[in-house]
Amino acid sequence: MIGFPILSLITFLPVAGMFLILFMKKEQPNSIKYLSIGITAIQVVLAVILLANYNYSAAGVYQEKSFQFIEKFRWINISGLSLLGTVKVDYFLGIDGLSTPMVLLTALISFIAAISSWTINKSIKGYFALFLLLDAGMMGVFVSLDFFLFYIFWELMLLPMYFLIGIWGGPRKEYAAIKFFIYTLFGSVFILLVMIGLYFSATELMPDGARVHTFSMLALMNPGNYSFDGILSMMNPSNLRLVAYIALFVGFAIKIPMFPFHTWLPDAHVEAPTPISVILAGVLLKMGTYGILRISYPIFPDITRQLMWWIALFGMINIIYGALVALAQKDFKKLIAYSSISHMGYVLLGMASLTTVGLNGAIFQMFNHGTITAMLFLIVGVVYDRAHTRGLNDFGGLAAQMPIYTGFVTVAFFAAIGLPSMSGFVSEALVFIGSFGVASIRAISMISTLGILLGAGYMLWTMQRVFFGPLNEKWATLKDLDKREYLMFIPLTLIIIFLGVYPSGMLNIMNTSVNTLVQFVTTTISSTSLGGL
Amino acid sequence: MSESLLINICIVILFLPLVGFSTVIILGKKIPKLYIFEVTILGVALLLSIIVAYTKLTFYSTKNIIGAFTWITMSNAPVGDSISIDLGMKIDNITVLMLFVVNLISFLVHVYSIEYMRGDKRYTRYFAYLGIFTFSMLGIVLTHNLLMMYIFWELVGVSSYLLIGFWFEKKSAADAGKKAFIVNRIGDIGMFIGILILFTQYKTFTFDTIYQQIASGNLPFGSNGWLTAAGILVFLGAVGKSAQFPLHVWLPDAMEGPTPVSALIHAATMVAAGVYLIIRIFPMLTADAMLVIAVTGAVTSLVAATIALTQNDIKKVLAYSTVSQLGYMVMSLGVGAYVFAFFHLVTHAFFKACLFLGSGSVIHSMHHEQDIRNMGGLRKKMPITYFTFLISTLAISGIPFFSGFLSKDGILAGTLAFGKLTGHWLIPIIGFTVAGLTAFYMFRLVILTFHGEPRDHHKFEHAHESPFVMAAPLVVLAALSIFIWYTPNPIGADQGWFMKDWVKAPSQVTPLETRFDFMKPSSEEAKAEVHGEVVHSVEYTETMHWAHYPAMVMSLILAGLGILIAFMFYQWKKFSADKLADKIKPLYNFSLNKWYLDEVYDKTAIAGTLIFSSILSWFDNKIVDGIVNGSATVTKFTSGMSGWFDTYVVDGFVNFTAFFSGFIGLSFRRLQTGKVQTYIVFIVFAVVILFLIFKPF
Repeated sequence: MIGFPILSLITFLPVAGMFLILFMKKEQPNSIKYLSIGITAIQVVLAVILLANYNYSAAGVYQEKSFQFIEKFRWINISGLSLLGTVKVDYFLGIDGLSTPMVLLTALISFIAAISSWTINKSIKGYFALFLLLDAGMMGVFVSLDFFLFYIFWELMLLPMYFLIGIWGGPRKEYAAIKFFIYTLFGSVFILLVMIGLYFSATELMPDGARVHTFSMLALMNPGNYSFDGILSMMNPSNLRLVAYIALFVGFAIKIPMFPFHTWLPDAHVEAPTPISVILAGVLLKMGTYGILRISYPIFPDITRQLMWWIALFGMINIIYGALVALAQKDFKKLIAYSSISHMGYVLLGMASLTTVGLNGAIFQMFNHGTITAMLFLIVGVVYDRAHTRGLNDFGGLAAQMPIYTGFVTVAFFAAIGLPSMSGFVSEALVFIGSFGVASIRAISMISTLGILLGAGYMLWTMQRVFFGPLNEKWATLKDLDKREYLMFIPLTLIIIFLGVYPSGMLNIMNTSVNTLVQFVTTTISSTSLGGL
Repeated sequence: MSESLLINICIVILFLPLVGFSTVIILGKKIPKLYIFEVTILGVALLLSIIVAYTKLTFYSTKNIIGAFTWITMSNAPVGDSISIDLGMKIDNITVLMLFVVNLISFLVHVYSIEYMRGDKRYTRYFAYLGIFTFSMLGIVLTHNLLMMYIFWELVGVSSYLLIGFWFEKKSAADAGKKAFIVNRIGDIGMFIGILILFTQYKTFTFDTIYQQIASGNLPFGSNGWLTAAGILVFLGAVGKSAQFPLHVWLPDAMEGPTPVSALIHAATMVAAGVYLIIRIFPMLTADAMLVIAVTGAVTSLVAATIALTQNDIKKVLAYSTVSQLGYMVMSLGVGAYVFAFFHLVTHAFFKACLFLGSGSVIHSMHHEQDIRNMGGLRKKMPITYFTFLISTLAISGIPFFSGFLSKDGILAGTLAFGKLTGHWLIPIIGFTVAGLTAFYMFRLVILTFHGEPRDHHKFEHAHESPFVMAAPLVVLAALSIFIWYTPNPIGADQGWFMKDWVKAPSQVTPLETRFDFMKPSSEEAKAEVHGEVVHSVEYTETMHWAHYPAMVMSLILAGLGILIAFMFYQWKKFSADKLADKIKPLYNFSLNKWYLDEVYDKTAIAGTLIFSSILSWFDNKIVDGIVNGSATVTKFTSGMSGWFDTYVVDGFVNFTAFFSGFIGLSFRRLQTGKVQTYIVFIVFAVVILFLIFKPF
């Protein structure tokens, strides 16, 4: 264990950075940029320290003791309210194998996005302040263990995102920003309702022996904490758990985004500036699947088991539908956006398997999708910066003009296709191994393999349209990558290849927790036989 | 040499080309001379593989050496045990022979390319790609498990993609690369599902462990049907990679790549990987799966041979001949002639590489002319190319004293025996037909290219024999197409060390009831006699002996006939090929246009997918997003209505109330005049009215 509250530090460091920036002069754009990159770089260092001190055999999930780097104290405490009794909210941070990959990913992607933000030149102060706030919000979501706190971070990240798209975006930025904001908020309402429902259905045993209502995720996972008459209590014969589960799932599904709630994504991506697209695809989408794993699965294990076939089905739809729609796109960025939908489908499919292998694959896929898609959006950004167009048919022959760039493109594209020796292959393979092993979703898993074929189809077709063929004379002046761009591409490339060759580096982090989660979800009784209160 | 040393050398052999690739791709821009490094590395790898092959075949000829490590290990809730995924190498006789073949041809192609590719603007990168290809191919050869097979399987796919599209400025080259990768992926999906079936049941990818499990009666999902399915699905990978019908369409297009690449990847090694895969999964193939494989191979060999008859591009003829020969190998495995399939793989690798490099030599000297109608008479200008080409052609046509005769004859005998034992006579009939067709189109190619008078004098004038680095590989490969390397008896392969000592068919592990009768051991005694290694029944061995001479005689007659007809048409011009083509125009066009398969695929599968994807895109845009935007519009409209209602009705009522009170107030204000007289008048009126109402009196 480390002597200082590392999770608070890694979460709130960007907020401190934000305040610093607010006090800086507008006339020093470069120092603002350096400061932001510096802050995110420190985050990366902290993430590495975290990893160095990480206990690979601690499970977490539902056992408070085996969470790591815990910080917990009473944050809100109002007692003596006549009707509600004591209202308490904990400031409760901690990580386990489910969240650690996401924390690492957030730190990494924020750093890369900060470098990529160098080209922003419109109201720099505001941009980087919001950027750092966004960073803090994302990190907070992954480290919170209190539902209330989680929800605050979840909403917190919405606000900067809205402005970042709405101010620094493309031609239809207002439309895209509002669509993103309202859609996500729409989902948040469901999450909020379920959160309140859970709060009133369960209580937590305090050290002094009293029972108070709680937002603690860990307490909510214990069926024994629910009262007989709670509307979300398993012991209540007329409970609303199924409805609540679906509502919560919709709230998270919008973020993933899952068909049919995905249409905000292409618009948001197309309009967002490159670094924001990178964050959006790299980290934000993961919050949806992370929420399902962290909250829906262990709090509603009974309903999860009941609905796994449906989750798999939607995973399959995402994979195939996303890929087919991607095939029809003529805008480079939109194509990547739809490919993102397709790739998040694998996460759903792996999660639905309810096996360690499948879930390991799903979380690994979340991480890999983060790095690979971030790279893909950076690639679009590079060419858009230079050519000011993203039309797939406007290009041609860039491979001869920009060979090094094309080299990185080849790596990223083949990683997205799922080429062995790159990280995406391992996670997709694990997802398939996991889901194929479960008889009820075997057929779905088999159909989903079509995604591998379609993925190769749209990626290679893009490769051909943009990079191969005779060079379009219009682009004979385009420059190859500069040093700053190397700095974005090289770390991602190395990580993608490293994890493709040595996947255990990441899988070992999550294995214990995932195994515990699967055991918990598959064995926790739907029990009316529970003692309860 | 100890076993672990052998393994370690193999690891070195595997990674050497990768080192070459990485070095050249990173530093190649700064140091263009690095290609020499890559070539040297291949030379070292070749040397090492010769040492390994020699050691293995001499000292460990009956022992399989395995080296493996755990790549991924994870828990396995809810079942409770754990899963570990091993990667590793299995070094048996087939492995070391393949190591040698791959490294030799790769080395020769490297050397050849020094001259062939000279002046290309991406010269060093070309050598880097050759390096990554060789690495991937060696991975396939060395693997002891299905996952690693799949990993390297995809990697060769990518290197093939990069090399086919090496001249990506040409649209046709970029198209061909994409097509190759995607068509291969179709097969790979089948292979992947097959692997998934096996892994789900056995929790391992390792061949030997899977076979032990099957042998002990543990079947995938407990049924013979799934075992057959797994075999056929994994075989689908081979259908893609080895260009079997109906997925063969990518290989002829792949000829867009540089010709040495065609020799290395699309003739000798990578396309043979499919055959190698079937060789590896052979023990678990049921009779049904084998029949599917045999039929696929037979159909492929026939389809490709009929197409090769009419092609005019020198590389296209060779490409279809490759497809056809791969069909032979696959068919051979399907009929149980395991050893001959592998033997043909090796002999074919040498003579086909020689043919391709020879064609490259011709193309090089003719300034990128590939149409054989513009060639002719090159024999005098390019004697080395001609003679090596001729030797290889004799080999592929199945003429005694050449390697192809030995392996091909074995395959034909195998099909004949298969026909006799199972009644599937169509397979040997196709086999023999293809033998005749092969001899015909190969000699058509030789005659049109090298014999007669030059048809394009301008290009002919410039033609010249290739320099030493290009000619030497041809000579080496042609030399390897002669029988003496494989057996002392030019017409009896089974007396050679290749068949007798090195390569043995493995025993099948499938349940007895799923095997062909001839694949069952005849008796317990027979089984005991050869330590459980019995693959075939005694009946089969006898039938093979019976089939040997008829097959040889028939194949010789047919090959001779094919050659004779080729000479009649093209050398002596007794008949006119053009006139014949006119007479059977539909058939001729059918062959010339490759059975119209590309057109059919374009119009059905590809167009269908694209249309479907546009429809879905429209659906996404108009319907799914339409609902979102629609609900936004509805919300806006509702809020507009509410706003109106609020402004005009709710607020209107409020305002009306105010207005009304005001009105009342205003009205009454007039009464408040402040004059006492008026008030007195009001009071009097009021009193009068009150009196009138209440009538107190």
